[in-house]
Amino acid sequence: MGAATDTKGGGFRAWLNKRLPVDQFMADQLTGYYAPKNFNIWYFFGSLALLVFVMQIVTGIFVTMHYKVGEATAFNSVEYLVREVPYGWLLRTLHSTGASAFFIVVYLHMARALMYGSYKAPRELLWVIGMLIYFALMAEAFMGYVLPWGNMSFWGAQVIINIFNTIPVVGPDLVEWIRGDYAVADSTLNRFFSLHVIALPFVIALLILLHLVALRQVGSNNPDGIEIKENLGPDGKPKDGIPFHPYYTLKDIVGVGLFLTLFAIVVFFVPTFGGLFLEKPNFEPANPMSTPEHIAPTWYFTPYYAILRAIPDQRLGALAFALSVLAFVFLPWLDRAKNKSIRYRGLASKLLLGMFFVVFLVLMWLGLQPAEPLYVLMARICIPLYFAFFILLPFVSKADANGPVPDRVTYHAH
Amino acid sequence: MSDHAADDTVPEVDESRRKFLIAATAGTGAIGAVLTAVPFVASWKPSESARAAGQPTEVDLSKIEAGQMATFFWRKQPIYVVKRTPEMVASLKSHDGELKDPKSDSSEQPEYAKNEDRSLKPEVLVLVGTCTHLGCLPKTRFTPGDATVTANWPGGFFCPCHGSKFDLAGRVFQGSPASVNLRVPPYSFKSDTSLIIGLDAAATAEKGAA
Repeated sequence: MGAATDTKGGGFRAWLNKRLPVDQFMADQLTGYYAPKNFNIWYFFGSLALLVFVMQIVTGIFVTMHYKVGEATAFNSVEYLVREVPYGWLLRTLHSTGASAFFIVVYLHMARALMYGSYKAPRELLWVIGMLIYFALMAEAFMGYVLPWGNMSFWGAQVIINIFNTIPVVGPDLVEWIRGDYAVADSTLNRFFSLHVIALPFVIALLILLHLVALRQVGSNNPDGIEIKENLGPDGKPKDGIPFHPYYTLKDIVGVGLFLTLFAIVVFFVPTFGGLFLEKPNFEPANPMSTPEHIAPTWYFTPYYAILRAIPDQRLGALAFALSVLAFVFLPWLDRAKNKSIRYRGLASKLLLGMFFVVFLVLMWLGLQPAEPLYVLMARICIPLYFAFFILLPFVSKADANGPVPDRVTYHAH
Repeated sequence: MSDHAADDTVPEVDESRRKFLIAATAGTGAIGAVLTAVPFVASWKPSESARAAGQPTEVDLSKIEAGQMATFFWRKQPIYVVKRTPEMVASLKSHDGELKDPKSDSSEQPEYAKNEDRSLKPEVLVLVGTCTHLGCLPKTRFTPGDATVTANWPGGFFCPCHGSKFDLAGRVFQGSPASVNLRVPPYSFKSDTSLIIGLDAAATAEKGAA
């Protein structure tokens, strides 16, 4: 590690390092970055999210080579890609499956943060940047879903854009401005294409960079929620830390192998995933004269969507919808426990978080169901429980019988 | 010029002058940035051709049977035109208590359609066929007592997306996610069988006399 920054002497390496700090970067970011040694399976999902992002960029570039934006051409160009371009079906399926995979990985990544208190000080900003990535990703996925101009693309766009209609005073003008027409039309499709292909990928890449810089600044949390920097060895390195490279790069490669295996199974055998990853009505061209019998967004939006439609007032519904998404941002300040990890918190905290996970999944399922009275009723029961998590957290986290936290991380040598 | 090399003393800084100059420069720059954003933001508004395509459109009512509905397009939005039978019009009186906005006070319609049957002529109902909740197309459920909608259904529209229910004047029932009645577009009659969607009847309003 000491020799890594050597810029003296001859040879190509020294020449390069004088001009570009390659070895310095490696030493700072990988071999010299100490991560807690007790990472478990939940710590795969950060690197997997980065992998999926790169995959989406690469497959996106190739899919765009065959896509023809425009009301009259979009749907047919996707069919052409799938049916006639050599391996076009694979490019398309990789990209569409990648979108769902992105959200699976990100939701697990977020669940990890909720369990181990990874959003708590000093990682508040890390969490907030992560949430911004999540929001940008939602916009990216929504606009991407509109591009094939299938019937669900069209009606999904119609429904989501109309949510802005409920904003007082400016709502109707805002909606017209977003669409660029009196209805969802060619102009809407074109601008979504631009945002999906250029603007949002840039924004997401920048946010990912900030997320990583902030992570390097504060260091990774771990399943015990202990700050390893508070327990340094004689060499000044954390006693409970190991260099990110080679230890965690190798571990992450195992995760990548497992992930790609599952990913390939979906791509090759169940590309639509029973209508969850690619919905059936989207295999028909957009038809402004025919609403699909049952409009549901793709599965990763359905928890919020179930909240939106279950409230019998459109302004309140839109407000609850927005709050249900935004509430996560405030977690670092809502959680007042001294302990980070759920391992060292009381039963009430465990139950509260468990309830939230269950409610989130139930709402996700409900959002996929038709708007029938029973499902709407169930959603109306889940909504107070969903928000109860955020409202009760400040009190439960403070008053709970939180256990003592050990000085060192829990670790069993393999 | 040679003074610089010899003299290392820093001249005294006029802090208030510096602050003013920084604020003035930043402020001018910010105004410029905002003004520069105007064309980019404005480029998202409907284009000239989209506006031109939004002109009033004339439709023929002679082929619609009593009790039936036809759908036309105006401004790329479906416009529902229903020839209401006398029974359909009569059915509107029975359920004011179950509606969110029976008098259409908080709903969107031209002044001449802000009445009991929400129309210029009771036998012709004209509505924008997009749900006021989130823009889906409400389906026709004209048969009274249609149990697939709800018990005691008086006939009307049902939105399949989120379950909003409207009566035969497009008025929203309580318990729907939609909060206001279906919109009535501006329209006027050229003759008994010819309707102009998008052109206000205001100039030739005769409803008062009827």
